[in-house]
Amino acid sequence: MMGSENQEGGEAHLQASREEMESLVLDGDDGRDHIGNSITSQSYANYRSAMTTLSSSFAASHHPLSFPTPADSDPLLSPPSPQPPLLKSPNSPKPRTTATDDPHHLDPPSYADVVSSPLDDNIEANGGSESPSQHSENSASSFSRSPFSSSDYLEIVVSNPQKEAESSKNSIVPGNNAYVTYLITTKTNISDYGGSQFSVRRRFRDVVTLSDRLSEAYRGFIIPPRPEKSVVESQVMQKQEFVEQRRVALQKYLRRLAAHPVIKKSDELRVFLQVQGRLPLPTSVDVASRMLDGAGKLPKQLFGDSRSVMGPQDVVQPAKGGRDLLRLFKELKQSVANDWGASRPPAEEEDKEFLDKKQWLHDLEQHLTNASKQAEALVKAQQGLSDTMGELGLAFIKLTKFENEEAVLNTQRVRAADMKSLATTAVRASRYHRGLNAQTVKHLDTLHEYLVLMLAVHNAFSDRSSALLTVQTLLSELSSLHSRAEKLETASSKIFGGDKLRIRKTELKDTIRVTEDAKGCAIREYERIKENNRCEIERLDSERRTDFVNMLKGFVTNQVTYMEKIGIEWTKVAEETNRYAKETA
Amino acid sequence: MIPTQLQRSGSGSTQSPRSPSSQEPFLSVSVIDPAKMGNGVQAYISYKVITKTNLPDYQGPEKIVIRRYSDFVWLRDRLFEKYKGIFIPPLPEKSTVEKFRFTAEFIEMRRQALDIFVNRIASHIILQQSEDLRIFLQADEQTMERARSQEIGIFKKKPADLMQIFKDVQSKVSDVVLGKEKPVEESTPEYEKLKRYIFELEDHLGEAQKHAYRLVKRHRELGQSLSEFGKAVKLLGICEDNALGKVFSEVGDKAEIVSVKMQREAHHLLMNFEESLKDYVRAVQSIKATIAERANAFKQQCELAETIKFKEIDLNKLRLTRSEKLADAEREYDVLKADGEEATRRFEAIVQLMNEEIVRFQEQKTLDMGLAFHEFAKGQAHLANGIAEAWRSLLPKLEACASS
Repeated sequence: MMGSENQEGGEAHLQASREEMESLVLDGDDGRDHIGNSITSQSYANYRSAMTTLSSSFAASHHPLSFPTPADSDPLLSPPSPQPPLLKSPNSPKPRTTATDDPHHLDPPSYADVVSSPLDDNIEANGGSESPSQHSENSASSFSRSPFSSSDYLEIVVSNPQKEAESSKNSIVPGNNAYVTYLITTKTNISDYGGSQFSVRRRFRDVVTLSDRLSEAYRGFIIPPRPEKSVVESQVMQKQEFVEQRRVALQKYLRRLAAHPVIKKSDELRVFLQVQGRLPLPTSVDVASRMLDGAGKLPKQLFGDSRSVMGPQDVVQPAKGGRDLLRLFKELKQSVANDWGASRPPAEEEDKEFLDKKQWLHDLEQHLTNASKQAEALVKAQQGLSDTMGELGLAFIKLTKFENEEAVLNTQRVRAADMKSLATTAVRASRYHRGLNAQTVKHLDTLHEYLVLMLAVHNAFSDRSSALLTVQTLLSELSSLHSRAEKLETASSKIFGGDKLRIRKTELKDTIRVTEDAKGCAIREYERIKENNRCEIERLDSERRTDFVNMLKGFVTNQVTYMEKIGIEWTKVAEETNRYAKETA
Repeated sequence: MIPTQLQRSGSGSTQSPRSPSSQEPFLSVSVIDPAKMGNGVQAYISYKVITKTNLPDYQGPEKIVIRRYSDFVWLRDRLFEKYKGIFIPPLPEKSTVEKFRFTAEFIEMRRQALDIFVNRIASHIILQQSEDLRIFLQADEQTMERARSQEIGIFKKKPADLMQIFKDVQSKVSDVVLGKEKPVEESTPEYEKLKRYIFELEDHLGEAQKHAYRLVKRHRELGQSLSEFGKAVKLLGICEDNALGKVFSEVGDKAEIVSVKMQREAHHLLMNFEESLKDYVRAVQSIKATIAERANAFKQQCELAETIKFKEIDLNKLRLTRSEKLADAEREYDVLKADGEEATRRFEAIVQLMNEEIVRFQEQKTLDMGLAFHEFAKGQAHLANGIAEAWRSLLPKLEACASS
């Protein structure tokens, strides 16, 4: 369809005036066409990629407002930044990357400020010193934006995917083990980084590692989820499109991380972005190996080796990702007891506020899903209108040419002129609609972003519940240990073999002591995670409010701007053809 | 609906002299009030046809009759038979899809087209004097029904007939290619150009009309999705606190308002633009039918000319042999000669009429299309401005929310 537009545009240029000719010929060159195409003519998945393509030109829309100070300075948390609360999101969106392709795409003067960048307005709202009309050319590989020195920024660009072959000596699977690496370029003024611009090459496996380490280190935080692995990696990796999609997804992920007030300062991220060569983070071991490891240790644990007890250092990690099978079993048993047992669990989630919030977030997720779906349908419909309007215009251009060529009577030429006026305006209106749609996609993408974030919220909450489960398990264990100790006490007064009993009592006392310590740790960890949850949710709330307002404002403003322009065009044609209305009145 | 002044043609009036009156003669027709009659398979729509006139032949000043679609078809067919060479105004198509036959939209589209049809006939210099028109506008329902069922057999053949005529023309052409006979097809360069023009025009118009129809659908789809989106936004707003929640709710409401505007424009687009294009297509198809008639007349003329030539040869032969069949043959020859002249006359009348009709057609179409374009532009401008205004009213509140 767009292809035929090309031909028509080419043919018709002989008729059209020079300006129109340029605008018609531009149809083929216009980068927007591709994006527009991918929305209508392909599936939801491709729409998503179109959305990501469009939104890759601007950063995650999260704008951290105030940096919440955590309840304590737990060594597990990265030290809070001494910076002033105003932390800027690194990349401000280029409002109309596509507009620059088309010199005939006029910037609307009256709404230039607003249309340019929702984030810029955001900053203004927070008393930032930036003027809203500043927007950067943020194409895939340029950093032309001039930052203000008072705020932190961390700009990341992912580019230049390259295939590299893995040496087959070390791998079990013979043959070509090619993988793709991506060039990750960072520009920052955060002091921890000790440098302003640097690049590394990373592969997707490294990203998985980063993501896993962050989840461990920042339990209870709302951490943006990483892009998915592909089920059939090696085959899919061949496709150009997939690699491009992944590049875009990685860029988005890293930018989201960089926008998180705490994570942007994390060692894990810094190391990922900065350290050349091999990524110096402990890699995640796959489930199978962990299970094998754990199964090896299990007999010792079962036979009462004192090292089988959960120590404080273990307690701060969830059971799931570890090798301690016994602990896994114990916690599983506890969770079953929680759900099915006759008595209530030893400690419970009592924070009503939290439970309410959880419910509220659940509702929000429902509504977001719905809104996201409707937004997609809306974009599709807008695109359809734009396309058909354009096709109608071109059909009339053909007709105009035909009438002019075949004209025998003057009245035919008059009609041809009227038709041409209509046709060129229709084509123009079609392009305005397409522009409007591109903007709409950008703004409504906020819905999608928050849906993704909901996933991260779930993770943050499950950190909390797994920490609680650990506490509960330890409490249960303690109570059973204590009752064993009691039994030993009462028994010892009756039975003979005093030595063995004494040894057992001492061992039990030791175990109880260690377990008490572990319990203390687990409770502290739980409280810490709770506090993280609370702060993060507060942050999410205020960011969400801002982002949603900006989304609505952007959406509405775009509608106004474009509709005004379209209205002006059609009014002109209506006036030109006014004489026909009078005649038949 | 449109009161029509009866034309007085400059080149010799074809009207009978009227008694001097201070009032200009006029004939005004409207087709209104579609009503469903009957039940089940035999159900149909009837229309009121109101004629306001001061013509002596008509029962004035006003007469109302009830007509159905097939009556209009009868009128069209009669006119087509009688007035060869004239582009008979086109009729809306018979509905092939059962379930749309009684939708309000379809009925309204048809009524509008029928109204235009009758008015065009009433304003055509020649056609307006047709006896069949008078019967159509004035006769009572029973007479009309009788007339309709009588003629249905003879004139119903048309579509197939047209095809046959075209096939004949084609076969004659292939005869020439095979080197058989000289072509029985008129081929002056001008007429060739006209025929080509008409056929190509139909293609171009058809494409434009197709896109116009799709555009109507797109408006409807966008309206629909705007409405759904608005509802979704309102639901989202429920999760928010007072100020923000209200903003969401208002955005949702506005989306609904805009959705309604879109639906309205979709309807306006359909009735005032898409239908005009469709009408244009039909008109071109009617011209094709006239072209076929002209070809037919030409063929008859040529065939008669052939026959006459052969007859002449026979006649000379008979003269030489002094046969007693000579007298009969001479009489037959005279008849044939007269027929030939008649055929030639008929053909030339068609050519003459067609030349005038083409001019009239082009002028009329410029006006019709001009109006259609105007309506299109007006509707789109109205829609765009309306949407801009609706959304604009929300901006202050959104602005306030963003800066709070």
